[in-house]
Amino acid sequence: MRLRPFVALLLLAASGSAAAADLVVSAAASLTDAFQAVGKAYEAKHPGTHVVLNFAASDVLLRQISSGAPADVFASADQAAMDQAAAAKAIDVSTRRDFARNGLVLIVPEGDPAKVASPEGLRASVVRRVAYGDPASVPAGRYTKAALEQQGLWESVSAKGVLAQNVRQALDYVARGEVEAGFVFATDAHLMRDRVDVVADVATPTPVTYPIAVVAGSKHAREAAAFEDFVVSAEGRKILAVFGFQAP
Amino acid sequence: MPLALTLKVALWATAINLVLGVAVAFGLARWRSPAREVVDSVLTLPLVLPPTVLGYYLLVLFGRRGVFGEWLDRLGIELVFTWQGAVAASTLVAFPLVQKAARAAFEAVDPQLEDAARVLGLREASVFFRVCLPLAARGITAGALLAFARALGEFGATLMIAGNLPGRTQTLSVAIYAAVQAGDDRTAGVMVAVISVTCVAALLLAGWLAPGHLRRVRP
Repeated sequence: MRLRPFVALLLLAASGSAAAADLVVSAAASLTDAFQAVGKAYEAKHPGTHVVLNFAASDVLLRQISSGAPADVFASADQAAMDQAAAAKAIDVSTRRDFARNGLVLIVPEGDPAKVASPEGLRASVVRRVAYGDPASVPAGRYTKAALEQQGLWESVSAKGVLAQNVRQALDYVARGEVEAGFVFATDAHLMRDRVDVVADVATPTPVTYPIAVVAGSKHAREAAAFEDFVVSAEGRKILAVFGFQAP
Repeated sequence: MPLALTLKVALWATAINLVLGVAVAFGLARWRSPAREVVDSVLTLPLVLPPTVLGYYLLVLFGRRGVFGEWLDRLGIELVFTWQGAVAASTLVAFPLVQKAARAAFEAVDPQLEDAARVLGLREASVFFRVCLPLAARGITAGALLAFARALGEFGATLMIAGNLPGRTQTLSVAIYAAVQAGDDRTAGVMVAVISVTCVAALLLAGWLAPGHLRRVRP
């Protein structure tokens, strides 16, 4: 009997969290800052919804979603991860849209200790380590690999490769000066412009585009679709542009 | 390849801890001061702190632009993205396991035996190497095996300081993490089995050597 108030409290807590819809958005690590702003703006327009953001390398998000993680929206940093999600029937393909474009850049720690000026320059022996995302699970790493393969540099650069778990870790390695250079997205480099210098824009064989889709079996499919609409709307684009993302 | 590297790192970490942990433990066991338990608590921190915190400490202290970065650089020592960095991480997390076990073992040595050795004319160093160390050896070995098992599985701090460099710093646990992230469940499964079996073997051996075991089996 003495437990009754406690049980009532528990029920109250449970109902309280269920009343506001928790919309779980799994987004690529490179979207971290932009989607935090997008999420806030969306919540301001939809007071009943609470946007819960989950950031990691796109393939990690894909693994989570295809193993049944309760995500509602998936935004990845390349088409390969989204293609895999579609193949695994993890997303509602009819909702798939591209919402942003980005670029790959070569960055060096502030002051450029190894005097790197281009991807070619990474061959020099003073360049001992180069950071980029693990191509097996990080889109930024896949773009890097494809670009360097096209230039015939992959073999020499990958021998010096430090594989990051996501693009932001590669950025951090460069900012700390633990590596002589690294490959990240232009938007990532911009965030740490006081600690890293962009030395070259790197052409990628496929353009860096970001797809978004509603997760198959989402319990908040309508809300998820509304969030997606907001991301691709003029207002959403404007927020993304602040962080350096271009229209697709 | 990840297995060989993992064994190399764990063996080095255990060897360093055997010297360092035993020396510190002996000092603590013989030191009479109220500060003793404070020092002991600080030294036990690696056991309870999140490995990411330990990795962060290592990175901030020993990174190229870290507090001791320049100093290490002049000595030609590089820890970030090297297997030596993985050894540093494993040594740090496993240190309390050796230190704790060794201290308990030293404190269990009967002081009368040490006194007897001194009366018989042994110098302090000889008392340590011929009386204390042999009597405490069992407990120390058990601690070392636990430390070895812990070092085998070290992940968080290792990933932060040694990174993920296939063939150079990619230990089993880091390789497993990378394989799972890439969706390569088969490779991950094989490595998970290997590390599980190795750790169980080390733990069994540690349990068999642990002090008290002989008393349990002997009537």
